[in-house]
Order: sequence, then structure tokens, then C-alpha cells
Amino acid sequence: MEQNVLLGAYVFALAIFLGLEIINRVPGTLHTPLMSGTNAIHGIVLLGAMIVLGTANNWWLQAIGFVAVVAGAANVVGGFAVTDRMLEMFKKKPVPGGAGAAAGPAQGQGKAR
Amino acid sequence: MIDNWRDAFVDLAYFAASVLFIVGLKRLSSPASARQGNQLAMVGMLVAVVATLFTRGFENSNYILIIVGIALGGALGYLPARRVKMTAMPQMVAIFNGMGGATAALVSIAEFSHKTDIPGGEAVSIVLGTIIGAVSFTGSAIAFLKLQELMSGRPIVYPNQKPINAALFGGIAVLSLLTLVLYDGNLTLARVLLTLVFVASLVLGALVVVPIGGADMPVVIALLNSATGLAAALTGFVLNNQALVVAGALVGASGTLLTLLMARAMNRKVTNVLFGAFGGGAIASGAAASTGEAKPIREISAEDAAVPLAYAQRVVIVPGYGLAVAQAQHGVRELADMLQERGVDVRYAIHPVAGRMPGHMNVLLAEANVPYDDLYEMDDINDDFAKTDVALVIGANDVTNPAARADTSSPIYGMPILNVDHASQIIVLKRSMKSGFAGIENELFHDPKTTMLFGDAKETINRLIGAVKAA
Repeated sequence: MEQNVLLGAYVFALAIFLGLEIINRVPGTLHTPLMSGTNAIHGIVLLGAMIVLGTANNWWLQAIGFVAVVAGAANVVGGFAVTDRMLEMFKKKPVPGGAGAAAGPAQGQGKAR
Repeated sequence: MIDNWRDAFVDLAYFAASVLFIVGLKRLSSPASARQGNQLAMVGMLVAVVATLFTRGFENSNYILIIVGIALGGALGYLPARRVKMTAMPQMVAIFNGMGGATAALVSIAEFSHKTDIPGGEAVSIVLGTIIGAVSFTGSAIAFLKLQELMSGRPIVYPNQKPINAALFGGIAVLSLLTLVLYDGNLTLARVLLTLVFVASLVLGALVVVPIGGADMPVVIALLNSATGLAAALTGFVLNNQALVVAGALVGASGTLLTLLMARAMNRKVTNVLFGAFGGGAIASGAAASTGEAKPIREISAEDAAVPLAYAQRVVIVPGYGLAVAQAQHGVRELADMLQERGVDVRYAIHPVAGRMPGHMNVLLAEANVPYDDLYEMDDINDDFAKTDVALVIGANDVTNPAARADTSSPIYGMPILNVDHASQIIVLKRSMKSGFAGIENELFHDPKTTMLFGDAKETINRLIGAVKAA
């Protein structure tokens, strides 16, 4: 079997286990941003589209490559932008009576209730 | 020598990108660091894209096409992403997911159409990448149309649905095998066959999602997300690009995990969602309609409902998708703030399938500035309902139905539910006595501890706010 595919299979299997470990710990609160964030990450297939278009030597490959680059870029940029917008809205509880309303998510004693 | 350095730079950049994706995803596991995590992944993507421009063997004349394509696609993604309403998030994710699927399929086809001497492992990856990418593209497109209500969200059934899908799937399998057997001798024919595989997969993706109802979309979107991840990883095998493999595998893992989680929360098997078992639900709804009228319910006015809320020690709010439909989340936040100012302990109980995608309700409440530490997942709050004075159920139905615990004949028996019925008093805000998605009667509404407050959620909340002020 060709070594590159085999190497890819190893990397793939390890990354799957790693992914399951990491994502298992993501709380339900963040499942929508997680989904849209990973959605943006699979837009990495844009690299494949760039390679197809970059190495294209006839109009047919250029056409396929161009459509793929447009779709891939939309996936990446849109996915990250929408995830960022969502995560921006997740705020910790402000400290009651605290003067710093602008303290934002940085402060640590928000647990008081 | 220069070329070696150049290759090394590209490879190292891909490695850095992979690490950034992993660290970014890890940061996503806490609300405090999640935004930073997403931004790390963004940086990783930028590094990978820039590095790809330095790949050897690009035709000079194609650079301009690449730049124009990225700018065009970026704008097409960015503008709707900034404007989309949070309630429309599931269809936004669906459409971006479809774009990724299309890209993976096109890359696979392009690789097959210009390479010669393709080793067997790569050929298999190409065929699978084409199928999965194409299914993900049209499947996501149909999911988008359904969620956007450009197409009926009800399950669309047509005669011989299962045999047609099975035949199509069989056809794709046969054509794929033929492609793989023939490509070594007759590459031209194999290329034609792969195109047929592509077209048939496009049709299959659409046909599989068309019969699935709107309420099952959380499962479908998670599954399609995982499929696109897998397709990306497969193109990584073909292009010998480990960054694609790592990123694709991470997404595949996350999508699969969320799919199983959602299916479990709905007490359904993934196969059951995909291959349709909607007859059961429809029959149950007929049965419910005949018995629904008989049992007594107690109605309450907003003024009367405000009193126990205002003087309670502990209140748990149970939001359902009905709240989002009525755009009442801002009103609810205002009501909660007002109660908290009076010293009431107010918390939110979120069922995993509240909303149209995993975790959707949390985003909708975050948009209304509800702090995330007031949002509790089902398992973390279920034991606390017994110590709760008032449970305020807003636009949620099936996920509060005690029948899921006790009634073995109920279609939702076994579904994990919120223990709303353990609270001392329950106030249900509801538009009418219509049954929920599962089409079954909710015993909770007939519980002697329950009172019903009918009307549009937004208006009702506003009346509650006024009444709490006066209390």
C-alpha cells in the first residue's frame, strides 16, 4: 500500500480519538458554536481547491477549481465569522453591585448569586 | 536548495495550522475561553491558506484566479454571517456545510480528471470523497430549504421511497466498484463513471433528507457536518496533505459525537431518523386528539401568575423553541432580572434538543444577554426541581412530559426529560392546547400543581413583567 495514504490513515485515526476526547468535554451550552466552529474548520478543504486551481492547465480544471475555491472560501470565512459573532454574546454574570460593568468575561468571581 | 526550503516552509505551516486547530477546539470547551479558541482556529486557517500559495507547481496565471475566488467566496460567506438572525443559525450552518461538501467533491473529481498513475488507496479516497461530499452538499441544501421554510418542514413521503433510495445507493456502489476496477486500464471510461457517481450521489443526498421532518434537523445537521469532515480528510489522503486529514478527522469526530448525543436526547436511533419512522408519530397524534379534551386543566391570569413568581425563593425557567419563535427571549431576560432584583434565585433549565440544532437555545438566550452561568444542562438541574418553588415552562412541551418516565406505551417513553413535575408549582406559558412535535398529550398540563397561562409568549411575558412590578 502506498505510504502516503497509510500515513494519512494513521494520522486520521489518531486525530479521531483526539477529537472525541476534546469534544466530549465541551458543555451543551457551547454545542452550537462548536458545531459552527468545526463547520468552519472543515472548510480547510479550500486548500485542496487552491491546489487544484493553482496547478490547473486547462480551462476545464480552472473552472472546477474556481468554483471549489469560491465555495470553500465561503465555508471558511462565513463559518468563522458566524461562530465569532455567537461566542461574543456569551457573557459571564456581572459581579452584583460591582462598579466595573465593562469588566466583561475576564473577572473571576462571577459565581456569586 | 531554495525549493527544499520552500517545501519545508509549507509543510511546517500546515503542521502549525493542525496544532492551532487542536488547541482552538480545546479552548472551545469553556465559555470563558471559547471565543479565543475560535480565533486560534482562524489563525490556523489563515496560516494554512497563505502557505498553500507557496506550493510549488502553480501556474503564474492562476494566482489571480485564486485571489479573486477567495475574495468572492469570502464576501459571500462573510456578509450573511454578519447579518443572520440567531434563530436562523441552523440553516446558516447547513448552507456553509453544503459549500464544504461541494468543495470536497469537486476537488476529488478534479484530481481524478488530471492525474495519471493513481495508486489504489488514492483512487478509493477519490471515489469516497466524491460520494460523501456530493451527498453532504445536496443534503445540506435540502436541510437549508426546510429550515428556511422555503420547503415544507414536514416529512415529505412519496411511494416506494425506501426501494428507490436503496436502488440508488446500490447503483452508486456498483458504479464506484466499476470505476475502481477499470481505471487502471481505461482511465477515460473510469472518469465518465466517476461523473455518474457524482450525479447519482447528488440525487441521493437530496432524496435522503427530503423525508426527514424539521424537528429532526439537529440530528441531520450534526451528521452532515461529520460527513463533510470525513470528505475533507479523504481529499487530504489524495493530496498527501496531513493538515486536511487532521482537520477533517476532528470535524468528523465532533459531528459524530453530536449526532449520537442528539439522537439519545430524542430517544431515537440515528438510523430511525434517517430512514424514517414517522408513521408512529402521526398515529399517536390522532389518539391524543380524541382524549385531549377530557382531562381538566386550570387556567391562570398573568396577574395571578406573577404573585407566586415574585414571592418565590427559587424559580427555574424552562425555555423551548416556542419561546424563540415568539422572539420572547429578551422579555424573559427582563422578567428574570426583575425577579433576581427581588432576591429570587432564577435559573434556566436547558434540554439538549431545545431549539433546532444542538445547543441552539443557549445561543438564543446568550443573545438576550442571559449570563451563561445561569444556564443549566438537564443533568445538572434535574435534581433541583424538587427544591424549586415555581417552574416556568415557556414554549416547551415534549421535553417536560412525565409520560416519558413512566408510561411504557408512550411513543416518547425512555426519552430523557426535565423533571419539571417535581417543582412545588408549575406555570406553563403556551399558545394553545396543541400537542408538541411528538403529537402526544402532556400529562404535566393536567397535574394538579400546574396552571396554564395561554397566549403569545412575548405578550404574556410583558404582562407578567407588568404584574411582577405591581406585586
